[in-house]
Amino acid sequence: MYSAGNKIAGRAVWRKRKRIVSATEPEQFERVVLPHLDAAYNLARWLAGNDHDAEDIAQEACVRAFRFIGGHRGGDARAWLLAIVRNTAFSWLKKNRPRAVVSIDDGEIAELEDPTVAAGVFNGADRNVLRAALEALPLEFREAIVLRELEGLSYKEIAEIAEVPVGTVMSRLARARRQLQNHFARKGDGQ
Amino acid sequence: MNCTEARLLLHAHIDGELDAANSLEVGRHLKTCTACAAENASLQSLRTALRGADLNYQAPASLRTDVRQFMRDLEPEATRPAVQLQWLWKWLALGLAATALAVVSLRPTGISERDTQLNEVVASHVRSLQAEHLMDVASSDRHTVKPWFDGKLDFAPDVQDFAAQNFPLIGGRLDYLDGHAVAGLVYRRNKHLINVFVWPTTGPMKHETEARRGFSIIRFTAKGMHYCLVSDLNPTELGELAGLLEK
Repeated sequence: MYSAGNKIAGRAVWRKRKRIVSATEPEQFERVVLPHLDAAYNLARWLAGNDHDAEDIAQEACVRAFRFIGGHRGGDARAWLLAIVRNTAFSWLKKNRPRAVVSIDDGEIAELEDPTVAAGVFNGADRNVLRAALEALPLEFREAIVLRELEGLSYKEIAEIAEVPVGTVMSRLARARRQLQNHFARKGDGQ
Repeated sequence: MNCTEARLLLHAHIDGELDAANSLEVGRHLKTCTACAAENASLQSLRTALRGADLNYQAPASLRTDVRQFMRDLEPEATRPAVQLQWLWKWLALGLAATALAVVSLRPTGISERDTQLNEVVASHVRSLQAEHLMDVASSDRHTVKPWFDGKLDFAPDVQDFAAQNFPLIGGRLDYLDGHAVAGLVYRRNKHLINVFVWPTTGPMKHETEARRGFSIIRFTAKGMHYCLVSDLNPTELGELAGLLEK
């Protein structure tokens, strides 16, 4: 958790930058980062898969956000912070759960190419069923769905956060949605 | 447009990311193809389910506390330059001031603080139009909106409803501009939403009307407060609201 380790990390960051830090940076941090703490935690939680790791990642992301706060020039603060959370989460996952970060093949869209089939209309499900369905998605697909459907970001913003072209965002969303449709069709929740 | 093309574009279509021409094409295809129309309905229902189920996780209180603590730990150092560095700072400040002066005088059209603030105002307005960010307190009753700001701001904004003049008050919101908390009042004229940002004045500001990225902005100082109005409404009508607020 946060306690000693990260606080020391935070102070160390501060000391390194002391000569060039301006007095407005803590204030800027408060204005840019704090209003979006829920969004930051939400993304961390969806990428990490559990509360404890999500909190560690969100904290680490806040420390990084402070370090980079001078680099925030206007723009959308939430998207800026989410990009930092995303990078923090992926570094964390690569280090602690290397098997979770298996790159998907973005060129693969075969699963979309049967236009004669349509999935059924989905009549809602409870929160836990939906959460489990999202959890079951590959990391990059889950990320795209969370940023689009839960955070309401545009393709362009998602592309910047995930560092992929806009076309890739579109195909990831399409494939993620197809997997969700299939998931519910198999479970018999749809139709 | 064939089904294979339509299936991929369908996603951009429902996400509102498709250009007008392709969107029309997709719409036309959906009218004639039952399979794609069914797919469209399926995707829409999936979206409704995802958005309606409140799947977002909230930051735990412990995270908030820790981040605040992290900031408190930083602040004393931020405001305490080392004694032996004081002179260096003074010379640096002088150098910076001279550079700033040179930059300002050499590039009168450069990016100014004012520009930054106007951009911030527009960004704030645009963000507020995104789902569920417009208002923290929704009410046409100024007696509900005004007390709501108590304890959230260190000043009391003047909250008035101008429904009679066709500018109904629809709510209020806490926002941040230029590094400080401001009151955000939300008014409506027909279908146009207007954000009015209010914060205590630090000096008089010229009454100005600006256009930026298609939005009208009016700024002025009145009754010891800065007012900044931003909307996609035309400047003339926005000026009417400015007139009412200024009274």
